[in-house]
Amino acid sequence: MSLEPNVNGTPAVHGVLAEFETPEKLIEAAERAYEAGYRRMDAYAPMPVEGLAEAIGFKRNKVALAVLCGGICGVIGGYSLLYWITNIAFPLNVGGRPLHSWPSYIPITFECMILLAALTALVSMLAMNGLPQPYHPVFNVAAFARASRDGFFLCIEATDPHFGIAQTTQFLRDLGGSEVTLVPA
Amino acid sequence: MATKNPEQELLDNNILTPVVDPGPQSILGPGHDYRSVTDRISGIVYLPWKRSPKKWLVGAFIAFCFVNLLMLACGYLFLKGVGIWGITIPTGWGFAIVNFVWWIGIGHAGTLISAILFLLKQDWRTSINRFSEAMTLFAVACAGMFPILHLGRPWLAYWLMPYPNTMWLWPQPRSPLEWDVFAVSTYMTVSIVFWYIGLIPDLATMRDHAPKLWMRQVYGVLALGWRSSAIHWHRYQKAYLLLAGLATPLVLSVHTIVSFDFAISIIPGWHTTIFPPYFVAGAIYSGFAMVLTLIIPLRSWYKMQDLITMRHIEASAKLMLGTGLIVAYGYAMEAFFSWYSGDPYESFMYWNRMTGPYGFTYALLILFNIAIPQALWSGKVRRNLTLVWIISIVVNMGMWLERFVIVVVSLHRDFLPSSWGIYIPTRWDWATYTGTLGFFTLLIFLFVRLLPSVSIFEVREVVHHEKHPEAAHVS
Repeated sequence: MSLEPNVNGTPAVHGVLAEFETPEKLIEAAERAYEAGYRRMDAYAPMPVEGLAEAIGFKRNKVALAVLCGGICGVIGGYSLLYWITNIAFPLNVGGRPLHSWPSYIPITFECMILLAALTALVSMLAMNGLPQPYHPVFNVAAFARASRDGFFLCIEATDPHFGIAQTTQFLRDLGGSEVTLVPA
Repeated sequence: MATKNPEQELLDNNILTPVVDPGPQSILGPGHDYRSVTDRISGIVYLPWKRSPKKWLVGAFIAFCFVNLLMLACGYLFLKGVGIWGITIPTGWGFAIVNFVWWIGIGHAGTLISAILFLLKQDWRTSINRFSEAMTLFAVACAGMFPILHLGRPWLAYWLMPYPNTMWLWPQPRSPLEWDVFAVSTYMTVSIVFWYIGLIPDLATMRDHAPKLWMRQVYGVLALGWRSSAIHWHRYQKAYLLLAGLATPLVLSVHTIVSFDFAISIIPGWHTTIFPPYFVAGAIYSGFAMVLTLIIPLRSWYKMQDLITMRHIEASAKLMLGTGLIVAYGYAMEAFFSWYSGDPYESFMYWNRMTGPYGFTYALLILFNIAIPQALWSGKVRRNLTLVWIISIVVNMGMWLERFVIVVVSLHRDFLPSSWGIYIPTRWDWATYTGTLGFFTLLIFLFVRLLPSVSIFEVREVVHHEKHPEAAHVS
């Protein structure tokens, strides 16, 4: 394949991928790559590895904030729905009791909060991760299938200002990465 | 990406050769690494259908017959109405409500295992959480059928939801029955979300290693392009933790609200404040019983004894014993308060419950739910698979009887003796009930064959922690 940029200027290379034996070695490699100035990179592991995302410079996880907002919307939406039904749309006088009978609104308001918060957790996690994603260049590397079984990978991406095919490949080899491969975009 | 000869590789992995249970101390058999746990769990799904265990085929066929019985019972119900059931006045709530409460309760252990034990960092939940979540979904699906079938005009079930309509008619949100609609539908939705979010990384594993193209396509679509990125995992774990934190109060609220269906009314035997906690404990009790009933045969058919070990069985049995004791306390308090209240209707209700026409159900209930499970105090019994399995079935029956005693026996003696009656379930009651049992079993059987029934990535974490005990904790 050609390593020259395509006609429209997008790089023909996604990055350089290296495999590491254990999660510990992967974290160490990621930390050293970060120290060396690389920022546009991603690490891949078949299960969550404590500290790996932080090692490649990931800081702000906004899922919790989104879920909080979802929950608040659920509370406000649920309570308003009940108030509107019982006071505005269909006011029903039951033995002279007040129309705004807030204690009996609590169960449904609570369920609406849980429902919206849970749906927000799913949707925000997927949306922030950019999923669903039909195509991603890392899958072009055959060995990458192991990332969902027993392989630990680090990919330094071509969009990084420090990236150069030769020196990044050499850098990853020096870190102890095996099967250092070019990832076609 | 498949390897060169996946079919042969699958046979080499010997998915169905016997394995050793490492005993009550360990949650994972010896000699496992990331690759072997992946291949063993996903291999069960890749197994060609014609190599399914005979017992699976026979079980699935019987379950399928009962599904047909369910179709028949529902079809006849749609033609004739609820008159084909044994319900009448004063017993307006019969099998349908008994089964609804029973099924919902069974679902609760799944959420307890996946959410509450996750928050409590119980590492043994890992190999059985996926399975229990599936059990939750299928049990709630069975439960949800009953109130709808009970409506009389089930095709108008959507009237239960508040939506703008030409009649300008709205449901009554002050009623516990309407709370139930929201509680059960939220529970179903959140259970699906929780289950699916847990499946995404495993679906990606299935996509990357399936031996056939169509499998890679199907699992690939379901995996949404998951590529095991560290940043994705970070957000994933946060979302999973939050879902566990949301599911925990949810599961407690659902059976609380189900118990409000009874407790908010003024029927003696229903109108009591102990119902919410006592219903929740009973739900978890029956749920653990169902987990054990299903997991003991399935782990042996699919040779998963090194993934679902005696440690899991024993821990579930202990939790069953513990929640059973809470239920026993509930029975004692019900009896005490019906005497202590001094209310003649309350005292009569309990006396009638023990000695009336349905007295035998109460005697069996005490035998099944309180007396027999005490055998689980003995470690020898807890480690005897046959006994644990039998006790789990006894508890399932006991919890069903509890719902029967609460619903039917409280109703059949109205305040005025002139309104007393006897409820006798008809063959259509039994057909609907056994039909849902078949439906549930068939779904469980299909689930085991179509999706990884043990969470692969979480077992990889267990492998990681066993290699590095200093970093061991459930993340």
